[in-house]
This record gives sequence, structure tokens and C-alpha cells, in this order.
Amino acid sequence: MTTHDETIYDDTAASPGLDPALPGDPYGASVDDDTDDAPVFTVSGGDWNDLVDEATALSEERIVVNMGPQHPSTHGVLRLILELDGETVTEARAGIGYLHTGIEKNMEFRTWTQGVTFCTRMDYLTPMFQEAAYCLSIERLLGITERIPERASVIRVLMMELTRVSSHLIALGTGGMEMGATTVMTVGFRERERILRVFEAVTGLRMNNAYIRPGGVAQDVPHGAVDMVRGVVTELRTGLGELEKLLVENPLLKGRTVGVGYLDLTGCTALGVTGPVLRSTGLPHDLRKSAPYCGYETYDFEVITRSGCDAYDRLRIRIDEMYESLKIVEQTLDRLQRTEGQPVMVEDKKIAWPAQLAIGGDGQGNSLDHIREIMGTSMEALIHHFKLVTEGFRVPPGQAYAAVESAKGELGCHTVSDGGTRPYRAHFRDPSFNNLQAVAAMCEGSQVADVIVAVASIDPVMGGVDR
Amino acid sequence: MSDEKAEKNTSPEGTGLESGEGTTLPDKEVDSADTRTDDDRQAVDVAHATGVGRWAELSPVDSEPVKIGERRGMFGATRGQDTSGYGGLVTPTLLPGASARPYGSYFDEVADILGRALGESVGYDDAVEKVVVDRGEMTLFVAREHLVAVARVLRDHPDLRFELCMGVSGVHYPGEPGRELHAVYPLLSITHGSRRLRLEVTCPDDDAHVPSVVEVWPGNDWHEREVWDMFGIEFDGHPALTRILMPDDWPGHPQRKDYPLGGIPVEYKGGVVPPPDERRAYS
Repeated sequence: MTTHDETIYDDTAASPGLDPALPGDPYGASVDDDTDDAPVFTVSGGDWNDLVDEATALSEERIVVNMGPQHPSTHGVLRLILELDGETVTEARAGIGYLHTGIEKNMEFRTWTQGVTFCTRMDYLTPMFQEAAYCLSIERLLGITERIPERASVIRVLMMELTRVSSHLIALGTGGMEMGATTVMTVGFRERERILRVFEAVTGLRMNNAYIRPGGVAQDVPHGAVDMVRGVVTELRTGLGELEKLLVENPLLKGRTVGVGYLDLTGCTALGVTGPVLRSTGLPHDLRKSAPYCGYETYDFEVITRSGCDAYDRLRIRIDEMYESLKIVEQTLDRLQRTEGQPVMVEDKKIAWPAQLAIGGDGQGNSLDHIREIMGTSMEALIHHFKLVTEGFRVPPGQAYAAVESAKGELGCHTVSDGGTRPYRAHFRDPSFNNLQAVAAMCEGSQVADVIVAVASIDPVMGGVDR
Repeated sequence: MSDEKAEKNTSPEGTGLESGEGTTLPDKEVDSADTRTDDDRQAVDVAHATGVGRWAELSPVDSEPVKIGERRGMFGATRGQDTSGYGGLVTPTLLPGASARPYGSYFDEVADILGRALGESVGYDDAVEKVVVDRGEMTLFVAREHLVAVARVLRDHPDLRFELCMGVSGVHYPGEPGRELHAVYPLLSITHGSRRLRLEVTCPDDDAHVPSVVEVWPGNDWHEREVWDMFGIEFDGHPALTRILMPDDWPGHPQRKDYPLGGIPVEYKGGVVPPPDERRAYS
């Protein structure tokens, strides 16, 4: 076995990462923050004009502003490096990596199924999309794409569309908050809460669900889930109406967003930008329509486009997309009722975990019936369970790329297998990572305040960007 | 491939056909001996007329799977933990080898058009080392010196139009001498209904250079920086190849296979769980 060779850990000299000749701790914190005696201002509140006056008094030609990585309006730990002329941004660069957690590397040391629990944490606002992309690529590697039960695909679509709504709600809510509209934020988070309650009822967790598994989903939706989601959809429609009334014709919002963060189709194509940003240029590109997966071709919905190429149109697209998602959710509910009792996992017992989950006295765990069977009556079942859970299943060597239309754009997953029980390589093409490159194109030449709006209209989530 | 084209190329090249039929063919779902029957004659004719894919029929060696390592024992357990008695078992790890024509789906069309477009400049046979069609996905292994030329044709040719490059993903195969590092580019053509294609470029560990495609797809800027950061592949011609996820002064490239995962033992309910890369593993 060459893939995860144990000898590498003993021989530091052979590893390119650990050069013993390096003095001190090579991974220690760097102290090289020398700014060459340039004057440094630390801004934390106060009047911006005072600062500008003070800076201009020094008659320096360039003012470089480090916005972030700990700035509340940069969507987490995004660092924006802005070069200013007065209040006009002449150059903008994004600095990322502050939330890098090595998820892709870690996934190479867990089984294929365990990988789901890692990738769900990348973009923490769209956990289901990472899980779906990862599982679709594994299923392609296994060659079982056609054998995924219909009910599993329906549940996947249901969960993905609810995730899309919740992600868009956060995009609008935090975007509004960054412009100073706290009501938008509270409404957005309040509505998202309803969706998180659905997730909790179905998966047991509000975020980081690890619900979609290779071969299907972890467990069937519980009794009463269909009615619950139906109720939530009605409530969401009301809440969305409220948001719409707050935002769509709001003159303050329009003043802040119309014409801001402009990026046309040429720019989007050059920079590989997908998702609502691309659709705000009028191009109806949506993988759910153009390259359907999980049976999206059988659902009735529209791809929303607008032609303003600006932050306002992206906001409007997100609102309209949420209504389309709710339409899909309602269609999945009908199908869930029709497929009641059908399997949610692929038939192959070499891939599907034998246990269903159940609520016990000490929380969620394997169902007691299953425990009784493997501990009391069937030793073969016990062996099988043990092998599958500890060792995992093997995936034939090769590579696959599966992409889903996440709330932010194309989320692709490139997996390579060497025939083992763990991914040889799992790479995620996160839409935020790619789209964040457009910050410079959107912001240069605009005001500092517009940078916030432009970044919010991309809707980056640093967990996904840095992985 | 259109019908009129096939009619034009009716002049038979019997020798090439027969040599193609005599070769051992890979047993794959997409490209199996069953799919290669008489009614594929058109595809073979076109392949010969355009000079594309001839190597696939003439040199069967290329179709052999690529060995990237070997697995020992029955369960993949290492560090003397294999007590099954099968510890001496050696299984090679084989990645799918080159596919022979026809590739199926739109893949033949893409290869034909690319072959014609490249024929004027670098030449298809020089630029494309091999074509692997596996699990319904097409991978073009491109010689690194011709990567930018191929990329430009793929983006600009009206019948190809792969406008979007969905980044680049590095893979480290320490068990493939001379081709240890791979850069994998997934392409997407919106114009032609979300067609996909994958480019793969290899380079050796001790000469880890691949030309940058940022001039063709500017959106690959950060993706190439990430692969440099994580795998140490130098993308020549990249405008600013610096680290992007790790700190600027970080030594090493963390996602290479010879870079340890690291970690500390964790105590849980009185027991100690070793770090993930030191646990018992079956892979």
C-alpha cells in the first residue's frame, strides 16, 4: 500500500514539509510584521473623516486599509486589502486562508462515509450541498448512480432546496445588517430558524448534518415530517413576503445596491463566476436545468435571471429563487407521500449501513432492534456491521467530478480513489472561493462603503472558501 | 460526427481497421468490446481520416491500466496489524488506462474537433498523450508544454467553447515515477449544454512545473495558487504565485502524500485515542 505510507511519519528529513535544518519552530508564529516605519492607524469606531484628516495631514500618497480579518461586515474572516484615494478604492485585494482547517487532507484519513461529516462543515451555511456533491461523486465512482432509490433522491432534493432557502435568507439578512438594517437580519434569521427546526427533526442536527450518505440518506424522514414541512413552507412564504416588502422597493436599499458591484457576463465568464452573480447578468445557467442530478429534470421550476449585473439584482434573484425552491419543496412533499415506506438507501448491503437510527434514552443512536439482532441472534450481522463501520467499503480506482448548483454557484467535488476504503483525494470546488476573486473587479473605483455591499452580494462563506 | 462527414470518408483503410480489431481491449462499461461492433465503422473511419485516435488502435500498450502502487494483505492493515494470514498478498493499484475509439457520447466529437483544430498548430498526437473515458467522463492527458495551446482551442473553438474552467485540483501519486504530480482541470461548456471535459497534466516531483492557464481562464488564478500551496506545483506564467491558504512563511506543501497529517492523542473516558494518521487503518 503506497497511499498512506506509515514510514513517512518517522523520517522528517525526507518530508518536504519538515526540513530539520530550519531553525527553531518552523511552524511557529511569524514576527515579521514590519511595516517599514510607515504610520499605522488602528480603527475601531469613530468618525472616518477624522481619520482621513489625520492621514492626509501626513501627506502620504497611498493609504492602505486592512479591512478584516476580524471585521464584522466581511462575512467572517475575510481580509480585504484596500488602497484608497480619499474614499475611493483604487485597488482591492482579498486575503483568505484565516479559516483553513485542512478538511480535504483530513478526509484522506477517514472512510468514504466518514468524509461526509467533514465536507458538511466546509460551507457551514450550505451543508447539504457539499454532502450531495461528495456523495454523487462517490456514487459515480462506485457506478451506482442509477441504483439510488427514488425516495432517497427526493429527500436529497427536499433538503437541498431547504438549504438553498436558508442560505439565501442568511445572505439577505447579513447583507442587510452590513448596510445597517437590523430588521432584515432578524427576519432572515427568524425564517431560517424554521428550516433549521426541520433539519433537526429530520437529521437530528441543525447544522453539519452528515445526513446525505454515499448510496442514499442516513435515515428516512420521521413521521409527521411532511406535515411539518408543509406548515413551514406556508410560514416561509409569509416571512418571505415580509422580507420582500422590507427590501424590494426600499429607496435606501436601492440607493445602496443599484449599480453597485457591477460585473457583466464577460467578467463572470472570465472569472468563472457562477450562481446568482452569473444569473444577474441575464444568463440562465443553472446546473439543475442544464445538467440535472437527483432527478431535478422532473421538477417544475424556473431559473430566475435579471439583467442589471449589480448587487440589487442579485438580491432580487435570491428572493425569487427562494420562492422557486419552495415550489420544488412542495413537489417533493407530494412524492414523499407517494413513496412512503420505500427504501432510502441503495440495496447493496456492502455499501448501505445496516442500522437505522433511533432516539434512545441517551440520545440518538443505532436502533435497539438492530442492536438486539446483532448482539443476540445473528453473529454474521454483527460481523458485517462491524466490518462496514470500522473498515468501510472499497471504491474501485479512478476519478470522478460531480457538481451541484449550490446556493452560491457550482459546487464541484473531485474525488480520486485508489481502490481503498478512504478517498485518495477529495477536492471541493467551492463557489465562494472562486467568486471571491471578483472582488477586485467589482470594487475598484467605487467607494469604501460599496465594497461591503459588493462582497455581501457575492455571499462568500469563509468556511467554504478556506476549507 | 455527422452523417455527411462519414459518407465523405468512405475510402476504407482496411489495414488500420484490422489491426484495431486484433488488439486486446479494456473491459469497461462505457468502452467495451461489445460496443465496438460493425456499426462503429463510421467512427473508426472518421478517426482515420482525421488522424485522431490512430495510436489508440495501433499501440495497445497504452490501453493498459496505470499502476500507481500496490496494496498488501487482505484488509489493507499496515504496521504489522494484519493477523489474517494474508499479509503476503500483493494487489496492484490500477487506475484506468487509455480508452480506444469510439469513446461514446459527445466525446468522439470533442476529440475530432480538437484534433482538427490542433492539427494546424501543435498537432493532436503531440499534445494529447492519451484519452481516458471512464465512468461517463472524458479525461484528456495533455503534454504540459502544449497545455496552454490546447486550453486556448478548447475555450475559443466555436464547436468546443469550454468557457469555464472549474479550477484545478492537484493529486499526488508518489507511486508513479516521473509523473508524481497531476493537475486536473474540470472544464464546463455552457454553450453546448453543460458539456464537461477534464484535462489532466502530469509533472515529476523534481521538476514540478506546469504552465499556467490563467491567461486563458483568469478565474483559475486562486485555484492555481491553492495547488501551489498544497502540492508545490509551480505554475509558470502565473501573475502572482504565492501561498493562499497556508501562511506565507509555511514550509512544505501539506496535501502531498509525504506530508504527515499531524495531530495529538485525545483522551476520552479514560482511554487515549491516537491521532488519525496513527490509528489502525484498513485501506
